[in-house]
Amino acid sequence: MIPAIALRGVRKHYDDFALHDIGLALPVGQVMGLVGVNGAGKSTLLRVLMGLVRADGGTVEVLGLRLPQEQVAVKRDIGYASDDMRLYRAQPLRWHMDFIRSIYPGWDEAYAQVLLKRFDLRPQQVLGGFSHGQRVKALLLLIFARHPRLLLLDEPTTGLDPVARGEVLDALADVLRDEERSILFSSHNTADIEQVADSVTFLHDGRLLASRDKESFLDGWRRILCRGERTEAVRRLPGLVSVRGSAPLVELKTGAFDASTVPALQALGLCVESVEPMSLEDIFVTTVRGEGNA
Amino acid sequence: MGTDLLLSPHSITPMYVQIVEQVVAKVMSGTWKPGTPLPSIRELAAGSRVSVITVKRAYLELERAGVIVTRQGKGSFVADALDATQALAEGEFQTQMQGLLDAARKLGLGRRQVVERVGQAFDRLTDASPTHTNPERRKP
Repeated sequence: MIPAIALRGVRKHYDDFALHDIGLALPVGQVMGLVGVNGAGKSTLLRVLMGLVRADGGTVEVLGLRLPQEQVAVKRDIGYASDDMRLYRAQPLRWHMDFIRSIYPGWDEAYAQVLLKRFDLRPQQVLGGFSHGQRVKALLLLIFARHPRLLLLDEPTTGLDPVARGEVLDALADVLRDEERSILFSSHNTADIEQVADSVTFLHDGRLLASRDKESFLDGWRRILCRGERTEAVRRLPGLVSVRGSAPLVELKTGAFDASTVPALQALGLCVESVEPMSLEDIFVTTVRGEGNA
Repeated sequence: MGTDLLLSPHSITPMYVQIVEQVVAKVMSGTWKPGTPLPSIRELAAGSRVSVITVKRAYLELERAGVIVTRQGKGSFVADALDATQALAEGEFQTQMQGLLDAARKLGLGRRQVVERVGQAFDRLTDASPTHTNPERRKP
């Protein structure tokens, strides 16, 4: 099957920032979470996929079509949301809905009504009177009710209160029921990604650190507490990203955990006290700090 | 049938394990009887707000444990009563044994000592209840 997104060797150079050799694939029907610190290149990557930015090199295919050549056709089936999109402050939400409806034949008015209710929005209110959270929800409503085959969402839950975040995640879950539709979203809230994403893509400093399915990604990371010496041999273990000591305890964080990890530690004379899974947030922070040390 | 499970993203227990545990609980309590169709992977993912891949993994584990069976193109079902009970008992045994091994490791007991003590426990068990198992043999 043709993937929803296929990037190969994508490069984009700016004076103060560059995307380097980005290659990733998002199969149809999946949700991919994009993780990275501010300035890692998440927004630039999304803009390349939307055809708003032209890559300097490499190939970009979205829904089986090459960008930028076929961007007009692609955009019909993409729903893109980002912070810098503006709605008309003087017009009510209903006016915006009718406007989108007149452009996109796929507009689903019944679903729009469901979303109005779920997002607790009043269609007759002008956008100027909306709070930040309401504006974000209004924008997502205008996109979701078109049933685009690919959603590109740049920080869709940032700045939302916990209740609104839950509403947005519910709407994302709705999209999942249809196996023809795919989502790529970036978020600072790693918990959102950990919860709903099928795969995780990790950007740092314009480079791809990892892009793989979430379950095996999380499985590869463990925080291990041991009793023993923090020797040089321990530090040199493959995959080890962080080693901290507070005698007699040693805390190890590894991104290459498997069945051989614990026996290897025991062979080095460490007594393993506990092996815990790590949250995406912990992995994220550990990785970025580890990069800094290297 | 309620398809939504009660999952917590903040639990130390991984999401897929939570799904496995809750499906097992439903089967053990008889809420989901043998032959009951499970919710489709996408349905459960959307209803419980977890990712599709997480539910897929949970279903694979449940299948491997013999709690559910998956028929191509038809979906997953709770396995037949015997198979499911057997599988669950087997799973329980595995968990307990792992617990035993973990506890032994903390005490620094080696393989021989563990086997020895399990043997002794067996002996005590048969010493304590001979009248139930074989009342005739003890008679003088």
